[in-house]
Amino acid sequence: MYDYNAFDRAFLAERNAQFRHQVERRIDGSLTEDEFRPLRLMNGLYLQLHAYMLRICIPYGTLNPGQMRRFADVADRWDKGYGHFTTRQNIQLNWPKLKDVPDILDSLGEVGIHAIQTSGNTIRNTTADHFAGAAADEIEDPRPVAELIRQWSTDHAEFQFLPRKFKIAITGSPNDRAVTRAHDIGLRMVRRGDQVGFEVLVGGGLGRTPMLGAVIRDFLPKADLLPYLEAIVSTYNVMGRRDNKYKARIKITVFENGIDTFKAAVEERFGETRAQFSGVDQQILKGIEAQFAPPAFRNAPTEAFDAALAADPVFRAWADTNLTEHRAPGYAIVTVSLKAHGATPGDASSAQMRLLADLAERYGHSELRISHEQNVILPHVHKSDLPTIHAALAREGLATANVGLISDIIACPGMDYCALATARSIPVAQEIATHFRDIGLEQEIGALKIKISGCINACGHHHVGHIGILGLDRAGVENYQITLGGDHTETAAIGERAGPGFAYDQVVPAIERLLRAYLAQRAEPAETFIDAFRRLGPAPFKAALYPEEARDAA
Amino acid sequence: MSRRFTPKVVTANDLLDGDVIYLTADDRWTRAHHEAELIEDEAHAQLRLLFAAGQPARVVGPYLAEARAGANGPEPTHFREAFRTRGPSNYPHGKQEAANV
Repeated sequence: MYDYNAFDRAFLAERNAQFRHQVERRIDGSLTEDEFRPLRLMNGLYLQLHAYMLRICIPYGTLNPGQMRRFADVADRWDKGYGHFTTRQNIQLNWPKLKDVPDILDSLGEVGIHAIQTSGNTIRNTTADHFAGAAADEIEDPRPVAELIRQWSTDHAEFQFLPRKFKIAITGSPNDRAVTRAHDIGLRMVRRGDQVGFEVLVGGGLGRTPMLGAVIRDFLPKADLLPYLEAIVSTYNVMGRRDNKYKARIKITVFENGIDTFKAAVEERFGETRAQFSGVDQQILKGIEAQFAPPAFRNAPTEAFDAALAADPVFRAWADTNLTEHRAPGYAIVTVSLKAHGATPGDASSAQMRLLADLAERYGHSELRISHEQNVILPHVHKSDLPTIHAALAREGLATANVGLISDIIACPGMDYCALATARSIPVAQEIATHFRDIGLEQEIGALKIKISGCINACGHHHVGHIGILGLDRAGVENYQITLGGDHTETAAIGERAGPGFAYDQVVPAIERLLRAYLAQRAEPAETFIDAFRRLGPAPFKAALYPEEARDAA
Repeated sequence: MSRRFTPKVVTANDLLDGDVIYLTADDRWTRAHHEAELIEDEAHAQLRLLFAAGQPARVVGPYLAEARAGANGPEPTHFREAFRTRGPSNYPHGKQEAANV
């Protein structure tokens, strides 16, 4: 893992001191809210529905046990004893007081954590495959490049006032776990001969105009990455619309100008930026790569794991859903579900955070990851330790065996917290999770991605959910639109709206009708919902959602 | 023809802790919706909003929110404003934690 150097630490301390002074001036009346707002947003501080919210950066979703413990300490001391992990691999505190935020940032800065550029029209936290450095299917660990992007983009003078926010995602595996096609820039590592480079996608994004990114370079040599990113963002900074915030994202720039025109402008700009990068970035990258060296994996027997699988059905169910193949023999990747039935997706208590830190330190080579699906990953665990880990997780309510199942829902905070939201997300997710557990269909339904957003901005990624749910305000009443057929992987697709929305109390029954139709019509138990949808098309699923319309049409 | 003015309360967020607050008829800020001044005249509403906006060291983002007369004082009419009077659905946090509404 990357360890902050003296320069990084001094930079953070100075930045926090600046913000402390700005907060003091806001409280004493020297700064108006209009003056203070951009300053607080540059440091991740929002004012939401009931309180301030501090969005804290977890670069590419990677953190160490000390950092996780510090989140727990901060949550206990200055918040309400929990944190909310987000689809951007960040953590949010929902109840900080304005006067405490400088102390929170200083405390986080001591362990190399900050909240810079977690808001504002700038390059946000670069997200990455949460299995990076561990996945068996990986070409190369993308995190050193993500760290290089972090260093390049943080306080980049030219890119602090872009037309809109700007999000980059990177994956080192052909199986896309970073949703690269739904980002302003998506980077996919690809191999050409003996050289590793990037397929570069541009212009993806969800929100009110969902679009999938287009390929702007099918192979970009690694050494050209930063000058090429600089060329893209610089071109967008010039061409992007500033007259209408809803048309200001790069996806609109690419769409309105066409990918060929946009690419030509980027390539021309690249001719200039390439010459400005003297190679220092590649020297820095080499230093970063050394810090991401794989841990010293041990060679040990796995009989304890095999015995637990055979003897304990609870452990087996957990292993079947929550473990992923690791590149090292005898190792597994553990996904710890933050989606216990009835719990708030993505929330972890301070006690849970401390346990995860302890387990990572003792059994996981001191690494943790946050996934864009709002779960926590222990990326390097020897199989012989898994029974012990499972037992410890169970004691803290963290052993839910549901990763990839219907209750493993992405849900944004919705109107329970967010000032932009138009309806609630969290209770909808809670009710779906508990309902399908209670009627005993969760395992039967199998692999399924439900994603819920409380407004059109789509923080819950509903457009790329197999089943997407979008909460809206219809004449002063919460109303939920359902989309079908979305996909967030390397076969990405935007879901199609199924029809009229449903009232709050009709969402769960509608989803049940939909999934009972799937169970009745799937070709075999192994055919997943999304595969059945692709085979059958939307008609039978719409008929299940809207039985009255189907009956009237008959 | 302009729309008929419907009753409103002046609401905002507290500068220091972000909590939802309401303007009372005697110029205080309260955390309880039912203590808010129910404004039934449009011109008076604009004056009260200006009064709120003139307190940037106390409140953030004042605006007029729809309300109606209730048995114990003003009640919110929209679900968003109803949520603001109590707090989130998933924890007993926010105003409902202190059970003062």
